[in-house]
Amino acid sequence: MEDQDKFKSQVSSIYRLLTTLMVLFAITALAIVYLISDPTLSFFKDPVPAAEYVSVETEDDFDKIENGIHVRTGFKDAEGLMTVVNNCTNCHSSRLVIQNRMNEERWIATIRWMQETQNLWDLGKNEAIIVNYLVTNYPPQKKGRREILRNISWYELKE
Amino acid sequence: MKRRNFIKKTALGSLTAAVGTDIVFGSMIPNGYLPLALQDPDPFTLFNKDKGMEVLNDKPWNIEAKAHLLDDKVTPNKYMFIRNNGLIPEEINISNWTLTIDGEAVKAKKTYTLAELQSKFKSYTYQLTIECGGNGRSEFDPPAKGNQWTVGAVSCAEWTGVRLRDVLEDVGITDKAVYIGYHAADVHLSRDPKKEPISRGAPMAKALQDETLIAFKMNGQDIPLAHGYPLRLVAGGWPASVSGKWLTRISVRDRVHDGTKMTGDAYRVPCNPVAPGEKVKDEDMCIIESMPVKSLITYPRSGAMIKEGQKLNIRGHAWAGELEVQKMEYSIDFGSSWQPCVIEKAANRLAWQHFSASIAFPKKGYYEVWARATDANGTGQPMLLPGWNPKGYLNNACHRIAIKVT
Repeated sequence: MEDQDKFKSQVSSIYRLLTTLMVLFAITALAIVYLISDPTLSFFKDPVPAAEYVSVETEDDFDKIENGIHVRTGFKDAEGLMTVVNNCTNCHSSRLVIQNRMNEERWIATIRWMQETQNLWDLGKNEAIIVNYLVTNYPPQKKGRREILRNISWYELKE
Repeated sequence: MKRRNFIKKTALGSLTAAVGTDIVFGSMIPNGYLPLALQDPDPFTLFNKDKGMEVLNDKPWNIEAKAHLLDDKVTPNKYMFIRNNGLIPEEINISNWTLTIDGEAVKAKKTYTLAELQSKFKSYTYQLTIECGGNGRSEFDPPAKGNQWTVGAVSCAEWTGVRLRDVLEDVGITDKAVYIGYHAADVHLSRDPKKEPISRGAPMAKALQDETLIAFKMNGQDIPLAHGYPLRLVAGGWPASVSGKWLTRISVRDRVHDGTKMTGDAYRVPCNPVAPGEKVKDEDMCIIESMPVKSLITYPRSGAMIKEGQKLNIRGHAWAGELEVQKMEYSIDFGSSWQPCVIEKAANRLAWQHFSASIAFPKKGYYEVWARATDANGTGQPMLLPGWNPKGYLNNACHRIAIKVT
């Protein structure tokens, strides 16, 4: 009877040992399979922000003003700025606007020309805001028949 | 690869959108600019331009040289001005690029591949002066609308191509032919596919000249993208807008071509002189043809200081549209007296001519060296601005540089 009990307990301890080994084997196998499919263990880490998110910072100061200048376009920060940005920089660069100096009549004529030939939309109430911004901030300058030479950067010329 | 796909694959896509420079990266591929363009979307890298060039406009691209950058006898790409009216074509596939000749005055419409053009017709190479009609616009008072060019919207590169005349002869044109008008692959700023950014042309007499080329090479290489790759009409001595880039079609018209920027006040000046600021009706505006006589001092750069007793050697180029430059002079006393320069013969008709002089100054002080060219008809450059016109074309006033003798 004693031998029989001893035998039973031996069998059950071998059984427990084998079960533990089986479980350990199964866990190891699963771990190996997981490592093959995800060698960087990225599942357990915080998701890395994708590169696209970096540009969100750019979006934040998309309409940044620095020293009175709207950085993205170069326009002067004054009444009507964003109306000008939103209506006048879709097709062409702000540079084309800034380098042109016109009075109210000629700006309006230019807007009509853009509406007739360049697919510019009806500006409605914004037209007065835009024209006022332009003639106030970029008025024509008198140049006469020939200007003096300006902004000369002097340098020594050795022959 | 399509531009759209390309941008999708890059995080920079969103950045370029934010910056607002809707540059057509895809179009860079044929000329191998792509990797640089992505890393550094600045125009100097994009178009292989010298950093000294001046960007007037980035949509559309308009970039000019400065006088001292134009010192080379044959203008290299890095110093060549860019004047675009629309957006650079987004996809260029040279294997299926074709040129079609059509219009009211052809016997039958005909289409050529690039390979056919190059194999069927003899190639010619000429140095051709191309100047923007609005070069010098910035000096007009009252100011004229448009890109405010100073002096640098001119170049004289070496163009290789087939004669437009030979191609038109092969197609067969009728006696109704009056004008040719070009059509191209560039995209209107509004992206409206029904609109052409520019479609200009020239009368048959100009179209049939020996030097009027359908060019496929500039300075011995593929034409740079910004200058019309893979095919460009080149008509030296006339406003550069006649030299259509990214050429896909030439229409032989039975009337004066009426394409975009041929009508209204574009590339036109008042038929009769007007007072500054005067309004001019469209019907009183006449199309600009040959450009006027002009010159540039390209050496030294303005602002040179020399020692008393030291001679100043100057040099530059002079051109006169369809005409030859007959005489070149300089003045150091604001036009009170003029001294002759040495002026060379042109490499070929419509190429600019090179001049030089050695100047002695009487005493210390501030001087301006003014240069004045005179064409074969005896017409010279004005010292003051020439006749005002609404769009500020044809400013051929004398160029000058500042000099100090110390």
